Amino acid sequence: MSDNLRVKGSKFIDETTKISFKFNGKIYYGFKGDTLASALMANDVHLVGRSFKYHRPRGIMTAGSEEPNAIVQVNDNTAYTEPNVRATEIEIHEGLEASSQNCWPSVGFDIGGINNILSPFLPAGFYYKTFMWPASSWEKYEHFIRHSAGLGKSPKVADPDIYDHRYIHCDVLVIGAGISGIMAAKTAAQSNLKTILLDEKTEIGGTTIYQNSDNFKINNKNSSDWLYNEINELKKLDNLEIKTRTSVAAYHGYNYLLARENLTDHLSKKEKQNKIRQRLLKIRAKKVIVATGSLERPLIFDNNDRPGIMLSSAIKKYADYYGVICGKKNVFFTNNDSAYESAISLSKKEIKVQAIIDIREKSESSIIKEAESLGIKIYWSHTVVNTHGYKKLKEISVMELSKDGLSVIGSKININCDCLGIAGGWTPAVHLFTQSGGKLKFRDEDQVFIPNKNSSKQISIGSCNGDFELDKIIKNSSNSLKNFLDIGKTDYENLSVVTSKETNKKNIWLLPSDKVIGKTKPFVDYQNDVTAKDIKLALREGFRSIEHVKRYTTTGMGTDQGKLGNMHALGIIADTTGVKMGEVGTTTFRPPYTPLTFGTIVGRNVGEYFDIFRRTPMNDWHVKNKAKFENVGQWKRAWYYPRYNETMHEAVQRESVAARYSAGILDASTLGKIDIQGSDSSEFLNRVYTNAWSKLGIGKCRYGLMLNEDGMVYDDGVTTKLNENHYIMTTTTGGAANVMVKLEDYLQTEWPELDVYLTSVTDHFATASICGPNSKKILNKLIPDLDLSDENFPHMSFKKTRIGKIKCRVMRISFTGELSYEINVQANYGKSLWEQCIKAGKEFNITPYGTETMHLLRAEKGFIIVGQDTDGTITPIDLQMHWIVSKKKLDFIGKRSLYRSDTMREDRKQLVGLVTDNPKEVLEEGAQIVSELNQNPVQMLGHVTSSYFSPNLNKSIALAVVKGGKTMIGKKLFIPMEDRTINVMVTDPVFLDKENKKLNA
Amino acid sequence: MFIINCPFCGERDQSEFKAGGEAHIERPKQPTELSDDEWAEYLFMRKNIKGVQFERWNHAHGCRKWFNMARDTSNDEIKLIYKMGEKPPLK
Repeated sequence: MSDNLRVKGSKFIDETTKISFKFNGKIYYGFKGDTLASALMANDVHLVGRSFKYHRPRGIMTAGSEEPNAIVQVNDNTAYTEPNVRATEIEIHEGLEASSQNCWPSVGFDIGGINNILSPFLPAGFYYKTFMWPASSWEKYEHFIRHSAGLGKSPKVADPDIYDHRYIHCDVLVIGAGISGIMAAKTAAQSNLKTILLDEKTEIGGTTIYQNSDNFKINNKNSSDWLYNEINELKKLDNLEIKTRTSVAAYHGYNYLLARENLTDHLSKKEKQNKIRQRLLKIRAKKVIVATGSLERPLIFDNNDRPGIMLSSAIKKYADYYGVICGKKNVFFTNNDSAYESAISLSKKEIKVQAIIDIREKSESSIIKEAESLGIKIYWSHTVVNTHGYKKLKEISVMELSKDGLSVIGSKININCDCLGIAGGWTPAVHLFTQSGGKLKFRDEDQVFIPNKNSSKQISIGSCNGDFELDKIIKNSSNSLKNFLDIGKTDYENLSVVTSKETNKKNIWLLPSDKVIGKTKPFVDYQNDVTAKDIKLALREGFRSIEHVKRYTTTGMGTDQGKLGNMHALGIIADTTGVKMGEVGTTTFRPPYTPLTFGTIVGRNVGEYFDIFRRTPMNDWHVKNKAKFENVGQWKRAWYYPRYNETMHEAVQRESVAARYSAGILDASTLGKIDIQGSDSSEFLNRVYTNAWSKLGIGKCRYGLMLNEDGMVYDDGVTTKLNENHYIMTTTTGGAANVMVKLEDYLQTEWPELDVYLTSVTDHFATASICGPNSKKILNKLIPDLDLSDENFPHMSFKKTRIGKIKCRVMRISFTGELSYEINVQANYGKSLWEQCIKAGKEFNITPYGTETMHLLRAEKGFIIVGQDTDGTITPIDLQMHWIVSKKKLDFIGKRSLYRSDTMREDRKQLVGLVTDNPKEVLEEGAQIVSELNQNPVQMLGHVTSSYFSPNLNKSIALAVVKGGKTMIGKKLFIPMEDRTINVMVTDPVFLDKENKKLNA
Repeated sequence: MFIINCPFCGERDQSEFKAGGEAHIERPKQPTELSDDEWAEYLFMRKNIKGVQFERWNHAHGCRKWFNMARDTSNDEIKLIYKMGEKPPLK
């Protein structure tokens, strides 16, 4: 590294620890404590990236998280790669590799740079206007646009790092550890409150900690020394936790905040191994103190984006904190006193300051006199009109401002310089305050938005509250803390404070130029390449609302969310349209404040932990027997059991033949089960199901259909009367939880007079369903002493019995149309039950079948699946299930809706069967059905809901919902597919065993 | 993310609760006697107020009890929580 670019003696940089890192493939050296940005500048590297749209060379502008330009790809071409990381926030460490983004083939020579020359043809909304016609070509255009645009590269493989979430509860959360944040944390912790202090930076102390100037004194000490003492006192307090490298991403209502704690990004590869990389803190604070500080504003003039043009405060931080010289010949350009602080600090370190360009006519503060006495030339009433130098600033052009500030006069003065510090005043960082629901007000005197009203228990203190001067910060923060924390006094009353700035500032949002605006590039949003010209164009084209201008020009929509330029965009809109700033308002500040990695958001919920899976007690058996699984809600259900190299189709055909001709077994444990008890249970069932329940005998089962209050089918299942006042209801697998909630809702809110108690027992029972003509023989082997005759154990009845010593409930019910028994045992006996069934059924070739075969078997019988053949718009009448809707009952959930004019229409979509002309052709579920092929537009009659090839009928069958379908039996319809049309005929939905003979086979 | 004071369990995080829409819409005792319009009024019409709204909440991942809440929808301030069957407070 070039030693002459370092100022010796910064206490924040460890000059004894040299660190190597790579940038764009080249090895550089920095010191421990450097950021990538400071280390690059110490190596005289200023060209860091290319801009988004015009591919203009860009350098480092800031020293913080607001950086719009210097965003880089870290660890490119590895699994650890991350795009869009701010070079100003990356702490260098051994092994760090970073590279420029948005350029090809290299940052020095970038082909996309041609866009800069073409820029007169790339105005705001260019893509919207140009590539939309003809609409059909968009896909082609999009390919090229996407290729040349974009910031950084997303990773191609799974992130190997570990992330974590942590909940924190505290009395007081302080956000920002600048001078006011430290005052707040110390005061709160001293008042016996559990306090957390967060700061996004590596060190606490904000800008004051490196101030070290006689111009700022507290109790006759330099402000930095005073603060240093405060921090030492603070660290002794034991009910305070300080977290650095921790950025608050979101501030939600009720003082719920999310923050990202960065744990290992600053460590070398070796040190970070097996450690948690980042942690999302979910903080619930009783009180929140926002001390987020303020961001320095740039100034908007022609070519204000060249590498070497930086915020004045950033140049100061690089010199004072990192000991890095940004430029050898510096010029400052300002509208207020703060640039003078930077200039003086540089001068005292013997870094050359050529001049200060000040748009004000005069200012009399002592700090200015000091600058003059150091020999710095001040150009009053002047403005920068242009800058020169392609990859690094070489020269600026300056002209005198007219009295009204609207134009420039006189002749151009050129000043040679390699670094221009711009100082446009300060913008309070009110992002978090507004995220929490706080409302802002505009302060005209210095043109800032400051916090006004908020609803949660919070205060804003320091410069984020609009207090920019040291004396004000201390006095106002102290008073606010007293009120907010309800304490008698603070340590900060009656301090003697020296501050030498005056607050006089002259604000011009867009500085005048000697050129017409159309010929200039005054950047407002650096990251998205939006210029003042683009904003004016949007206004000319009729956009007025700031939200619309934002979306049209994309100003403020980059990864930095326009932290630097948003105020100027508002100002230019206000100036151009003649509306007051306060009335223009701001765009919405949305979380996160700075970008979060996806890893942080998901934490440990990755891979198999992404979502919770539920597995049945028989699951191990299914896995061992090579079942394929499907997800049904959260359940993993066996889908089919392929043997050898069977395809799914072959396996399902085999399984369904076995179930019809000998015996099959299904794991039905996932069906929802609700235990219903209480003296009003029958009445309750009467109210929730469409059919009648009063006369059901003990030991009998009944199928029920449940509607929503709007009359649409909601759920179905068999309910068994175990005893007087005791039922067990089964629900669909996917609907179980919702049915439970719905039933509880009615019980608690509409019918509290009913004596009914519901308990979800889905997980308490395991269920094996054996079906087929041999199922009776198998059950007889399992339970020899149970009389299985139709007289003793008829269809739709229940027995309480035992298999060996295991208590079980057996229901003779069927979803396949075959004779079948559902055996329920206590869940932990599930696998044993299953294995006994398989053993007993071996001589009958009992065949395990999965959900796919179950679906096929029930479709052959025309049994519906709620959620597959229904979709929330289907009534039981539409399903042609009139038989289950009681006419005698005065009321049940959804009854009234079945008599609404709309639900009584004859041309509603109704459930029918479909058979294809070609019996081998299987329809696609979801396919549309039409009656006329040559209509324009063609009228869709309905769609296929279930479709299978039935081995038992040796043909293709389907269920469908078709407008007016119940009157169409025998009618020919068409299913237009991409490459052909399929002819089908409407049939009854029951394809097999209409007389239900098999149930009693 | 609210903190909700469940009348049965005390203060809990909002993630334990489910919102259940507008409160105090009683299911008609004899729906069959209502006209289509009257039934539609019960079935579909909800107020969606900006300001204090009475709404139903369920402590779904807790005691599973339903209760009522008066909430200012403009700033999410919970004004009052009261049990099912209790009368809505006067504004």
